[in-house]
Amino acid sequence: MDEELQPEYGPKWSDQRVERMLGALVLAMVALLLALIVTVVINGWPSFAHNGLSWFAPGGNVDDQLNVISQSAESGAGYVYTFHAWPLIWSTILIAGGSVLLGLVAALFVSVFLVEFAPPWIRSILQPVVRFLASVPSVIYGLLGVLVLVPFIGNHLITEDQKSSVAGVISLTGYSLMAAIIILTIMIAPLMVSIFTDALNSVKPGWIEGSLALGVNRWRTVWKIGVRAARPAIVAGTVLALARAIGESVMLAMISGSTGFAPNPADGLIFIYEPSRPLAPTIVKSIDQLSSPPAKATLFAIASFLLFSGACFSLAGWATRRAMSKYGAP
Amino acid sequence: MESSVATPPPPPAPPEGKTPTKAVEGSATWSFFDRLGLAFCWFLGLLFCAIAAAIVIYLLVQGIKFLKPSMLVTPASAGYTQGESGGFSDAFIGTIILGTMAISLALPIGVAIAVWLVEYGRPKALARLTELTIEAIAGIPSIVLALFGTVIFSSVALGFLSRSTEGVVFGRSFFAASSMLALEALPLVVASTREGLNAIPRHVREASYAVGKTKAATTQRILLPTCRPQIATGGMLGLGRIIGDTAIILVLLGATQNFAPVEGAPFPLNYLRGAGTSLTNFVYEASPTGNLNQPQKAYAAAFVLLLMVLALNAATDLVHRRARKVGTWSH
Repeated sequence: MDEELQPEYGPKWSDQRVERMLGALVLAMVALLLALIVTVVINGWPSFAHNGLSWFAPGGNVDDQLNVISQSAESGAGYVYTFHAWPLIWSTILIAGGSVLLGLVAALFVSVFLVEFAPPWIRSILQPVVRFLASVPSVIYGLLGVLVLVPFIGNHLITEDQKSSVAGVISLTGYSLMAAIIILTIMIAPLMVSIFTDALNSVKPGWIEGSLALGVNRWRTVWKIGVRAARPAIVAGTVLALARAIGESVMLAMISGSTGFAPNPADGLIFIYEPSRPLAPTIVKSIDQLSSPPAKATLFAIASFLLFSGACFSLAGWATRRAMSKYGAP
Repeated sequence: MESSVATPPPPPAPPEGKTPTKAVEGSATWSFFDRLGLAFCWFLGLLFCAIAAAIVIYLLVQGIKFLKPSMLVTPASAGYTQGESGGFSDAFIGTIILGTMAISLALPIGVAIAVWLVEYGRPKALARLTELTIEAIAGIPSIVLALFGTVIFSSVALGFLSRSTEGVVFGRSFFAASSMLALEALPLVVASTREGLNAIPRHVREASYAVGKTKAATTQRILLPTCRPQIATGGMLGLGRIIGDTAIILVLLGATQNFAPVEGAPFPLNYLRGAGTSLTNFVYEASPTGNLNQPQKAYAAAFVLLLMVLALNAATDLVHRRARKVGTWSH
């Protein structure tokens, strides 16, 4: 007890010094983030500068362009930067958007179920299940996708007619948009569930009770009062999931098909069987070319596009949340 | 003496559960679509359980079929068949090294940032900026962190952290990978620690100040020990993220399946400065899309990885439950 009362770290650990040290650490973190952004953008700048806005446009085969870019460093005839990323961007939009939409629906229903309707014994199973699904490493999801889901889609869902109908353009093997969206949904839905349940649990009981007292049944009460009040958190969770979906690289590198092909919804339903490759897996697949300066610039340009779009989504989510939180629960 | 006064009957015991609205109304009176929705809820809830069970059982079956204990002690080697090419001991040890190094970097820094945010947090603008920074770091895709790592760790100034030949820095090492992994775990540690610190009521701090303790001493002696469970939770969440990450390891640790120690460095440093591998990297390379294509061994390694994740989850649960049993300041 006496020892407790004797501050042996008197002046050495004075408050001011501690505050200054911690403040320096915090400043270092901020500086690190700034350095990260600046480094990534500066390294990627040559690619943007050479292509201009056509960087984002369709045109030519992306895989060929990447090959030419990485080989141009050795040929000595000057660096080639021509790169049209549209197929990769389109694939990112399809896969991330599709799985976030699916995941949003699934997560909303599951979290309503968890908070309001599940019997206690199911809740005691479902809660750890959600936590477990969120913590399984992405490479395990990728492995299961490659060895279980992709062969299943390739052998049983895609018919021979469908394979031959597009044989001249692309080969359908099961590495597809569909496999990528299914697995990615399983990966990000638990994330949303955990955020949504927190929000639904913190809706003021009085609001729910008021609705019930008016004779509205429990189902409609949850959706009209609970889910509405939790809207800001729902937006937050969706944005977070979208950021995760866009940044997911390894799992998608394994099962999305890894060809720079833009699946066309106008082809009919067959487009969900078509392979593609989003932006983040492109970096993983081309990481060996990092020693060639133009390829490095291209990869960093992709990375800065990922950073920028992530930042945009966060900002949009923040603005929506602010507008909605006027009438919402915390 | 008040026995003559008629005592009112005791109030009815509040029903079980969070709100008294539960379990009062069945779905029998609902309209068809409402009941359809509820059925969909049940379906999705059970589907989640089924998916989790399928993952665990499938990997368990495959793991038992293909995992041999010798795989954990023999390093990978070149071979034509899956029986000849050794095990994945280097990957297993690599995962442990990475987890230890990254979390021992992320934990102190994360706790320090959380302490500054909750206990000091002046000037206000810097506090907001810091919160924004932590959130931004949480949102950065790991592959972008990895690319950033390739730039800073191949700079000559940081050459002592990896292999360098004739002035060209290789930039791939356990140091490089674990420091970027630490960055990925940092937001989880900060968030969890902040939550713990915020849950401690003001009067605890005031009592400590009143007996003449400084803020620093209060933090070290009272606040941090109190929110130890939350710090542990954050650390374990971060550890789970670290051992599950593949992109950073793929880029910053090297495409080899064995340790590649640097010559001429003292013992632990030669391995830590060299390239290596981890379980996630091994699973990626051994999957049909990787360079090795040994699906049986990929299953075995994935099973080991899954066991580690399950153990971490169980440990997190245990800490949570124990913290609730002991009781914190808020009770």
